Amino acid sequence: MSPKELLSFLKKNLKESILDSRIDTNKEGIKQEEFNNIWLEVEQSKFRDTIKLLATLQYPHIAIIAGNDTGESIDLLYLFSIYYGEKFKEISINIKVSLDRKKPSIGTITDLIPGAQTTERETKEMFGVEFVGLPDMHNIFLPEDFPKNVFPFRKNEKGLDELVQNES
Amino acid sequence: MSKSTYKVPIGPIHPSLEEPMTFNFEISGEKIKSIDLAPGDNHRGIEFMGRNRNIIQIIYLAERICGICSASHPFAFCRAVENAAGISVPPRAEYIRVIIAELERIHSHILWAGVAAHELGFDSVLYLSWKVREEVMDILEILTGNRVNYGMFMIGGVRRDISKEQIPRIEKTIEYYKEAYQKLEDVFLQDPSIAIRTKNVGVLTYEEALNLASVGPTARASGVKKDVRQDQPYSAYADMDIKAITPDMFSGKVNGDVYDRIIVRVLEVKQSVEIIEYCLNHLPDGEILSEKKIAKLLGILKKAEGEGVGRHEAPRGEVIHYVKLGEGESPEVWKARAPTYNNLMSWVPMLQNQEVADIPIVVASIDPCIGCMDRATLVDANTYQKQVLTREELRKLSIEKTRRMMQ
Repeated sequence: MSPKELLSFLKKNLKESILDSRIDTNKEGIKQEEFNNIWLEVEQSKFRDTIKLLATLQYPHIAIIAGNDTGESIDLLYLFSIYYGEKFKEISINIKVSLDRKKPSIGTITDLIPGAQTTERETKEMFGVEFVGLPDMHNIFLPEDFPKNVFPFRKNEKGLDELVQNES
Repeated sequence: MSKSTYKVPIGPIHPSLEEPMTFNFEISGEKIKSIDLAPGDNHRGIEFMGRNRNIIQIIYLAERICGICSASHPFAFCRAVENAAGISVPPRAEYIRVIIAELERIHSHILWAGVAAHELGFDSVLYLSWKVREEVMDILEILTGNRVNYGMFMIGGVRRDISKEQIPRIEKTIEYYKEAYQKLEDVFLQDPSIAIRTKNVGVLTYEEALNLASVGPTARASGVKKDVRQDQPYSAYADMDIKAITPDMFSGKVNGDVYDRIIVRVLEVKQSVEIIEYCLNHLPDGEILSEKKIAKLLGILKKAEGEGVGRHEAPRGEVIHYVKLGEGESPEVWKARAPTYNNLMSWVPMLQNQEVADIPIVVASIDPCIGCMDRATLVDANTYQKQVLTREELRKLSIEKTRRMMQ
């Protein structure tokens, strides 16, 4: 599927759940080969379905979740790629989900893509996002005795002050 | 009967490490039963520091994420910013970027090969491979002024040109590596003792590599044909015909073991030499920067809005930077991800049911910085008595196993 076909395939299946979408095309090299980034914003309730839809085409490769505390919501941007393995066929799919800032929570995708575990755990401790269904494991980057109600990448009272002391 | 498993924590810290980490093993006899990974002992908060810096300053910060991938991170970061702000890069700069990135791959893979040999107990091979590596360090120093942290990358191009006088010197390096490649192949791929110690050790199947989102030589050794240079056209790689290297190209089949990871890396040294040769032969003329005045560039970046993703195939796999430009000089979001982050979980299936003596080579096989092996503690599950296993003792176990197998 070309990027345009892929986007209309997703739109046909997810309909109004896609809040925003665009395709960025880069032309690279002397031969001006095209590479496409698809940017999507989906409703939180349909995020899981989006991943399942992608998985019907090829096993989606997850690169990372980039979080952003905008002050109004916690935005998670999942960076996927699909159609890898063939020359210049890859399409980058970046899916944004906006979460309620008071109680950010989203379902885990580790049952669909086990490789997402590290990045979900990182997002959990840095942004305080709850991943429903993710086993409660120890901190991956922050120290074990780091205060439980401080999330370094939040930009409000829950974020970092000048100095945070470990609890023990 | 008493409980027969032991807990063995290994790690966490060593100054040379990119990502220091602790491994908590549960051991039954000589076999590993379960693994818990605990990285983060030296989380430096680089993305956090980026919040208070402007885009140009972040290039140098990104360069220092890793001492070995010090071209890959700024490469991906510059591409992310260029995509976000719509800045184009002159063709000559794209070719110079690729030359530096591929020289880095040669030095990284040969460094890894030496470390792997060291972990197995072949120190003469370590000396041989690191001697071979010196040539690429020299050429990097000639081209950039530094052996590491090259300071070559800038938004919209590169900071130093490759002069006409330098080209014959690079050609000499290419000739050197064409000869040296044969030696590397003889030592690592034709030698029975390395094969016997690494075949069927630390296996990662095709499905596991896919499910765990593995990248780079770790994924390719398991048969996943994933290589950013092949999958998406970017920079000067867009003009070339690059194929992801899988072990079946050499041995005819894919096992996904440590030996296959050696095959992939050794063949990639040859591939990198060919890429550099192509770049030199097709090096376009022209500018190397789209905007020479940094103050003006900062002004453009300050006004720019948008978000961009930069991917690059680092020696260890896909490195990805995401940048969202916001108001002011600092980016609103900067997310950097090194390949080891994704390859981390591949260790779990690799190490399952392996022997303690295989820990060093299996852990080394995904090419993290091996210094994690600093110290290990053996805890008797019944008495809680601790016995500390140092890096040296662990390596001794590995060497003894090699010697046993060679008898």
